[in-house]
Amino acid sequence: MAGKTLYDKLFDAHVVHEQDDGTALLYIDRHLVHEVTSPQAFEGLRLAGRKPWRTGAMLAVPDHNVPTTNRAGGIVDPVSREQVSTLDRNCQEFGVQEFPMADLRQGIVHIIGPEEGFTLPGATVVCGDSHTSTHGAIGALAFGIGTSEVEHVMATQTLLQKRTKTMQVRVDGELGPGVTAKDVVLAIIGKIGTAGGTGYAIEFAGSAIESLSIEGRMSVCNMSIEAGARAGMVAVDEKTVDYFRDKPFAPTGEMFERAAEYWRTLKSDPDAVFDKVVTLDGSKIEPQVSWGTSPEMVGPVNGRVPDPAAETDSVKAEGMRNALKYMGLEPNTPMTEIRIDKVFIGSCTNARIEDLRAAAAAIKGGHVADNVTLAMVVPGSGLVREQAEKEGLDKVFLEAGFEWREPGCSMCLAMNADRLEPGERCASTSNRNFEGRQGQGGRTHLVSPAMAAAAAVAGHFVDVRQA
Amino acid sequence: MQAFTTHQGIVAPLDRSNVDTDAIIPKQYLKSVKRTGFGPTAFDDWRYLDPGEPGMDHSQRRKNPDFVLNQAPFDRASILLARENFGCGSSREHAVWALTDFGFRAVIAPSFADIFFNNSFKNGLLPIALKEKEVDAIFKAVTANPGLELEIDLPNQVVKAPDGSEYAFEIDRFRKHCLIEGLDDIALTLEHAEKIKAYETAQMEKTPWLFNDLRSNVGG
Repeated sequence: MAGKTLYDKLFDAHVVHEQDDGTALLYIDRHLVHEVTSPQAFEGLRLAGRKPWRTGAMLAVPDHNVPTTNRAGGIVDPVSREQVSTLDRNCQEFGVQEFPMADLRQGIVHIIGPEEGFTLPGATVVCGDSHTSTHGAIGALAFGIGTSEVEHVMATQTLLQKRTKTMQVRVDGELGPGVTAKDVVLAIIGKIGTAGGTGYAIEFAGSAIESLSIEGRMSVCNMSIEAGARAGMVAVDEKTVDYFRDKPFAPTGEMFERAAEYWRTLKSDPDAVFDKVVTLDGSKIEPQVSWGTSPEMVGPVNGRVPDPAAETDSVKAEGMRNALKYMGLEPNTPMTEIRIDKVFIGSCTNARIEDLRAAAAAIKGGHVADNVTLAMVVPGSGLVREQAEKEGLDKVFLEAGFEWREPGCSMCLAMNADRLEPGERCASTSNRNFEGRQGQGGRTHLVSPAMAAAAAVAGHFVDVRQA
Repeated sequence: MQAFTTHQGIVAPLDRSNVDTDAIIPKQYLKSVKRTGFGPTAFDDWRYLDPGEPGMDHSQRRKNPDFVLNQAPFDRASILLARENFGCGSSREHAVWALTDFGFRAVIAPSFADIFFNNSFKNGLLPIALKEKEVDAIFKAVTANPGLELEIDLPNQVVKAPDGSEYAFEIDRFRKHCLIEGLDDIALTLEHAEKIKAYETAQMEKTPWLFNDLRSNVGG
């Protein structure tokens, strides 16, 4: 019998009950909650007279609606304010631990989970947010759910799940200088497509993935959903174990060593068989820039905007024409000639300390270009912000003309006041370039933090390796 | 949950692939703390020519005449027809609530994104995956005959067109059962409460570091 994949191991360890048709009741160890997808779930509990099964497995934080400037003034938009205060009230009423807006530990839900050691290797992690896949980077089974399932987990600590198929994405070879985790995952999505991972759990493996830091692996797993996969994961290694040595909610002392012993088993067996294997040569990956309105519409910075006329699949060609029209781009334009209006460095994909270090380093003493009306840096959490300030990164950004903001989701999805105006073009370190994602009519180009910072200085996209 | 057995209704052709949930319901409407009222702002950016915000009277906004759901008879459609990877992106269940609030009972496409697909079943919206050439055939039929009605028969897992064409579809047995009966998942799961507790007790020994809260509750 073939060995088990990491996914199989994580799934099997959490089966409470299995029906004969393969539908399993899966135990959930960690439930992250934010203000946007939880109010209807709390209300559902209230209407049914139910209580949360295990509040100790929950951690809540407001992130989508919070302002990134003038926190002391509170939330100006009354609708956003109501949603955040509804979360505060619900957490109080049901006894759920929350890091409210004024807490130093407040931040983007997927940044603070690992940062606090609240999400751990070997755990099942869910959240009413598709980027929950981020936590797979630490060897957890983590995936996004809808609000009905949020309520189901609150009430029962379980979810009804069927095993998905498994895909291994192997990236071997040494990444070139200036090529980051973000470029790796964008290249993967460019190769397999936005629906390439639908119905699969992806395990990212290979020497290029192993060479990434835990934070880099989080950027990769974060965008699994942009390839259609609900869950992405990376096997546990010593980097993973070491990452949790000093985290507030992680075990300590003897308990840590016992946990670490178990965590080290969290890898696919050598003879495990995946339903699908995709390989990429890491040494050939170049810094990436997306040009369209789907994350699969992406290519190397030294390439050109593709021509729909050269696409043989008529549905695809039509999609490209729609995308180029929305993006205001002509076919065959060199990527490096695309001028930008705004720059956003942040999001659950790229707002950890290493991302901010890479962005700051790419500024190289330059200043935000005249045609760039706003370049903002939004740290992923209060603790990331604090660490960056200790290192003086805030000064690097401010002196270069960037704005240094308070933590939150911000312009990744523009639920707060940070947004693009119609027609504005943005170099963004976020995860989605959908129409209207960063503001109605806004045009998003997905890039790495270093590429975003270099573009801010140049006023257009540049190859960060030559900048 | 609203049960689903059979349904007959007008089909609206939305000829796009990768329709994401941001497009189905833009972010500004996610600030609502309710499950209802999302219908008037379904596909907001495509449906209206002026920008929309929560709390507006959407009936007073300028509609985009080129958008299919603004055209009769599709404004009364209850079956949505789209291309591959429908519902990709954000997990927001508001996308499903927007479709059901608009009046849709089913979506037909060659493929669906996983989270959207899952969310649909929780709200009595039936996602039907048909083969690409079958979806193509329905697009052609609807274009030739706007207002065409399809009949969906869930117990027999078949979509019937007026010309006699029939399209069989697959559905998970348990999900089908829950839809037909309109069952509440949570109540079903709580029938296994003792098993969940037994699992927790066993895991507290195996992975105690994941159960600090429960261990302290029992004085350990």
